[in-house]
Amino acid sequence: MSEYDVIIIGGGPAGLTAGLYTARSKMKTLLLEKMVFGGQAAIATTIENYPGFPKGIEGIDLMNRTREQAEKYGLEIKSGEVVKVSLSSEDERSGSPLEKKIVKTSEEYKAIALIMATGTKPRKLVVPGEERLIGRGVSYCATCDGPLFKNRKVVVVGGGDTAVEEALFLSRFAEKTTLIHRRDELRATKIIQERAISNPKMEFVWKSIVTEVLGEAEVKGVKVRNLETGKDLILETKGVFVCIGTVPNTEFLKGVVEMDGEGFIITDENMETSIKGIYACGDVRKKLLRQVVTACGEGATAGFAAGQYVGKWKGG
Amino acid sequence: MEIVLNDENFEEEVLKSELPVLVDFWAEWCPPCLMVAPVLEEISRDYAGRLKVGRLNVDENILTTTKYGIRSIPTFIIFKDGKVLGQTVGAMPREAFEVKIGEILNE
Repeated sequence: MSEYDVIIIGGGPAGLTAGLYTARSKMKTLLLEKMVFGGQAAIATTIENYPGFPKGIEGIDLMNRTREQAEKYGLEIKSGEVVKVSLSSEDERSGSPLEKKIVKTSEEYKAIALIMATGTKPRKLVVPGEERLIGRGVSYCATCDGPLFKNRKVVVVGGGDTAVEEALFLSRFAEKTTLIHRRDELRATKIIQERAISNPKMEFVWKSIVTEVLGEAEVKGVKVRNLETGKDLILETKGVFVCIGTVPNTEFLKGVVEMDGEGFIITDENMETSIKGIYACGDVRKKLLRQVVTACGEGATAGFAAGQYVGKWKGG
Repeated sequence: MEIVLNDENFEEEVLKSELPVLVDFWAEWCPPCLMVAPVLEEISRDYAGRLKVGRLNVDENILTTTKYGIRSIPTFIIFKDGKVLGQTVGAMPREAFEVKIGEILNE
C-alpha cells in the first residue's frame, strides 16, 4: 500500500490549492480526481470576480494554470474515484492522533492527513421526464451544451448567480431564453441581475416551478406550475437547463466526518472536520459563499493545517 | 491515433467498421470535451487493433449530430456492426471508459 503524508480528494480549485501548499511544504502529497481536473470552475465561462484578472479569466485556463503550478512543486496527481475512507485501528501510541487510510476503487492508499475537496454536483429537479431526457435536451451545463441550441427556445430553472449567468450565456445562441424561478425576484448578484433584466432575448416566469419535462425522444416542452395561482401552463422548449443548486459529493464519507443535514462537511476555522487530521475545503464545506476565490483560500488553510498535523505526527 | 470523423466518412469509418468504434461528439467551445481529450488519446493508443476511436466535431457535422440527436456534449457512443451499443453523456475518467469498453469487447 502506498503511503503519503497528505492525500487530497478532488482536483478543483480548493484541492489544487491545498496541494500547492502541501507540496511547497515538502509534504509527500497525492491528489485523487475522479472525473476531470478543475471541478465546476473548469466548466464556468469567464470568471469575472477572481482577483488579479480585471478582464476576467476562463475557468479552464485558471484551473490549468493552478494545476501546472502545483505540479511544478511536486504534487502527484492520479485519476480515481474514492469509494471509501476509513480510519486505521487505534494507534499503538496512546494519546497520538489516528492514522487515516483511504480505499480507492482499485488501489488502497494510506496517509497521515486527508483533505476533502470533493465539491458538489448539480441538484436535479426530480420530476417526471428529467432522467429520461438527460442528453436529449435536459442539461446541467449551459457552457457545454448551449451552442447546440442555436436559434431554439430554451428554459433555465433557478434564480441564483449560476442560473442567471447560464441564462445570459444561453441568450447568445438561443432564440429565446426563459428563466423560471420560484420566487418573484432573483437572488443573483445585482450586476448580473441587471444584465439579465435588460437582455431583450430573455423572459421571466416568476413564482413558478417545473413539474414535468415533456417529450419522448427529445425535449418538447415543460409543464410549469404557478405557485400563487396553482395553475399549470405548458412552455414549448427544446432545452431545459437546470440550475437549482448543488448537492455535496460526500456519500462515501457518511459516518466518517460530521456533516449538516444536506451532507455538507462541517469544519472549524482551520478547515478541520470532526476527525483530527481530516480537513475539508471548497464547495463541499458548509459555508456562506461558494466561489473560486473562497475555495482557494480554504484550500490554502487546509493545506497549511494538514502540514502542521503531519509535522506533529512525525515529530511526536 | 483517433480518426477525425465527419458527415462524409461516418458511414465508411463507423457504420461499416470491422472493429467496434467509440465516437466522441465534441466541440472546441466545450471545456469538458477538451479536458477528456487526453483520455481518449490514451484509449485509442492502448486499444489499437481492438477498438477504433473517432472524434466528430458537432459544429462542422450537423447531419450526423442531428441523426443521433446529440443535445449534450461530450456524448460518447459505441458502435458495433453499425448499431449503437452504448451511449453516455459527460466527461468520464479512464476507468469508466474501460468498464464500458470491456462490456462490449467481451461480447
